[in-house]
Amino acid sequence: MNERQDVAGSRRGGLTVADLVVRYPGATAPAVDGVSLDVAPGSVVALLGPSGCGKSSLLRAVAGLEPLAAGSVCWDGTSVADVPVHRRGFGLMFQDGQLFAHRTVGGNVAYGLPARSGTRGRVAELLELVGLAGYEDRGIATLSGGERQRVALARALAPAPRLLLLDEPLSALDRALRERLAVDLRAALVATGTTAVFVTHDQDEAFAVADRVAVMSAGRLLQVDAPAELWVRPATREVASFLGYEAFVPLDSPAAAPLRDALGVPPSGATLALAEGAFVVGRSGVAKGVVRGVSSRRGRSEVRVDVDGIGVVTALGPVGGRWSAGDVVELGVEPDALAVLDA
Amino acid sequence: MAVDAPTRPDPVLATASGRGRVVAFWSVAVAVPLLFLGIFFAWPVTVMIAQGFVVDGQLDLGGFADVFSRPRTWRIIGLTLAQATLGTALSVLLGVPGAYVLYRHTFRGRSFLRAFVTVPFVLPTVVVGVAFRSLLVDGGPLGFLHLDGTFAAIVAALVFFNYAVVVRAVGGLWERLDPRAEQAARALGASPWTAFRTVTLPALTPAIASAASLAFLFCATAFGTVLVLGGLQFGTIETEIWIQTTQFLDLRAAAVLSVVQLVVVAGTLVVAGRARSRRERALGLTLPSASVRPLRLRRPAGMPPGDGHGLTLVATAVTALVVLLLALPLVNLVVRSLRTGDGWGLDHYSALGTTGGSLTVTVWQATLNSLRVALDATVIALVVGGLVALVVSRRPRRAVGRRAVAGLDALFMLPLGVSAVTVGFGFLLSMHHPFGLPVDLRTNPLLLPVAQAVVAVPLVVRVVLPVLRAIDPRLREAAATLGATPGRVLRTVDLSIAARSLGLAVGFAFAASLGEFGATSFLARPDRPTLPVVIFRLIGRPGPESYGMALAASVVLAVLTAGIVAACERLRAPGAGGEW
Repeated sequence: MNERQDVAGSRRGGLTVADLVVRYPGATAPAVDGVSLDVAPGSVVALLGPSGCGKSSLLRAVAGLEPLAAGSVCWDGTSVADVPVHRRGFGLMFQDGQLFAHRTVGGNVAYGLPARSGTRGRVAELLELVGLAGYEDRGIATLSGGERQRVALARALAPAPRLLLLDEPLSALDRALRERLAVDLRAALVATGTTAVFVTHDQDEAFAVADRVAVMSAGRLLQVDAPAELWVRPATREVASFLGYEAFVPLDSPAAAPLRDALGVPPSGATLALAEGAFVVGRSGVAKGVVRGVSSRRGRSEVRVDVDGIGVVTALGPVGGRWSAGDVVELGVEPDALAVLDA
Repeated sequence: MAVDAPTRPDPVLATASGRGRVVAFWSVAVAVPLLFLGIFFAWPVTVMIAQGFVVDGQLDLGGFADVFSRPRTWRIIGLTLAQATLGTALSVLLGVPGAYVLYRHTFRGRSFLRAFVTVPFVLPTVVVGVAFRSLLVDGGPLGFLHLDGTFAAIVAALVFFNYAVVVRAVGGLWERLDPRAEQAARALGASPWTAFRTVTLPALTPAIASAASLAFLFCATAFGTVLVLGGLQFGTIETEIWIQTTQFLDLRAAAVLSVVQLVVVAGTLVVAGRARSRRERALGLTLPSASVRPLRLRRPAGMPPGDGHGLTLVATAVTALVVLLLALPLVNLVVRSLRTGDGWGLDHYSALGTTGGSLTVTVWQATLNSLRVALDATVIALVVGGLVALVVSRRPRRAVGRRAVAGLDALFMLPLGVSAVTVGFGFLLSMHHPFGLPVDLRTNPLLLPVAQAVVAVPLVVRVVLPVLRAIDPRLREAAATLGATPGRVLRTVDLSIAARSLGLAVGFAFAASLGEFGATSFLARPDRPTLPVVIFRLIGRPGPESYGMALAASVVLAVLTAGIVAACERLRAPGAGGEW
């Protein structure tokens, strides 16, 4: 992408964050350290990073809840620095919902709507969108954790915010519910055409919900890309590690030879990253490894194998496979679990 | 499933008027209580104290040397500290088992018992004094103990009054304490007693310390109770100020003693503040339903011996005894008020419709006066106390702001302990041509409600503030991101949630005002006395008729106060009580 397109991109509208810095009083390092990010209208961007990396601070600064130490936040090319939170038109959904316990479900959803006729219809419409039709008069205390987050989503969508900020909205839920709600969340955002920034530390969740994923670490943005692009071409070793790549070898090392062949790339100074499942136990053997341990996830065997010149990696095996520590196994290669790092 | 979005008006830049309104609101919220406290508390107290230290326009601190050279002064200070220390220690020792039984267990009649132990706390101090006297006098049910007019009687009355302070504060926290920490200790090999001592007690310590410092404050500044029970032999600094002012007309001594009391109170408040801030540290809290067990006297089937049932039994026995002892003076008061010269009857109650020969009004008229004054005082205390709680509950981003808020918090606790007698007498001195203005506010009917509101404001703040502080700041942020203006956030989040504790605040303010005696004894106009003033006059007069009327009037005042507090407490949502 060249300079011209970049400028045109920011004129196109949506959110433009430039060189943003957030500092907390008493802290030595800034929580957000010079982040620039564009979010096009109607798109969903996930901010992915480990806890404490500054992603929530970035979100709160965009919402207007943290003062900017430096940099700018613009919408459609206009700075919102002087606009107070309640006039920004940016909705925010919290990890624990922050529902008003002293109001009913309907009262919560209607909170951000202008007081005039038609409110009831709009509330019903939104509750239906999040799968809670008819819940208007229920008390907040009677809801389950998943229902609460659905109400929080309906409440945040109700005033039709020009930008919706979601701060780990699914993290407090158990895994099955989280995976189901991530799909519903994506559907609701797409159905309402909402521009959204979604903060999470779970890469599966980020990939399920977002059009583009921004990986953050220690207050800085490492890479912004579409989920598939990000997976195939992580920019740095740090990004790759966070996405789940567990081993790294120089592309020109002897141990990397079978992997080079599988990808069909020539040896070079680049680094090869291996995700879980880069090796598969029992396929036509192109490499050998010593079994260190075996576990099972959703029926499939995960075999920890020590491959000479690469180290201990997680290889996938067929259901019901039996190995003992010390066994030497033949390993095949799965090219989709490999990525070449430029740096 | 596209959803039509209502068009949202384009966001506009914050107008100067919008931000100006916010600044204006908070300025008023800070200024109104400060002005109120300045004019009706600081100013009268300063005038009163200045009487003792300013002679012919010159500052003269000779009063200190003079008053401190009197053995009587040291005796009174010693008595005050001894009473307060003993009263507090006993309240804590009895109150902690009480909190365990009443808040960690369920049983039939628990809510009645919880309300019942609160009754002494809201009873007017004069009534407590009269009730204990009638129990301990020769010929009373406990007359054989010969405790009338003794130090022990005063301490017992102070414990009677402060038991509820400890039970409510400690119980409120204990009820929500996550029991799994204690269970973890048990699983690590600790006996029930060791687990309590090493895990639960440290978690409760901030609440205990906070309750103890409050109880100490109430004990050290006790007035009506001690005045009725102690006579001339025993007293607190507060009663001594009253005696020096009204009996000996020695304003210098009164001023010195006021300063001494201020020092004691400020010291206690510092300790209380520390305890409260430590209380805000992270504790594993849970819903009461998760930690409360049914109370059983027999070891339940399946519970092995040595599993803590013995501790529960001991706590239950102690609490049962305390409840009996709390009931004794109250039941006795009612019984004695029904005893006439020749048997039983309502004679004393029908005498309440008369002036008893020498009162300026009938007791019923005094009751009506009390209610009117209390109503006005409650409204004033709610407005001022509510504003203070609102301001103090903010957490400013900058350190300067946080310190200012903490200072304001401490400032408004001062009336809780500063001698009400000093305030009352100071009112008399300062409201005649206040600030040199040619008006005499001493005859203004609002003067008495204002003085009582000064005493009630700290109670309102202590009830409302913890509720406001417990509001997650992100709740306000959620409202703001939904487009709510600062005013709407305040209305729909802070006020809506605080409203649930308002019932209790109204009850306490009303009770404090109904029973207020220290300042009222100076300010009530002779033609319009309040009920506590009338009771005090009646017991000061010889003759069984006057005494009988005093008993009957005490019952009326007690029933009125307890009834109003009970009604107010019913209005509040469960768990919204904050510290009390």
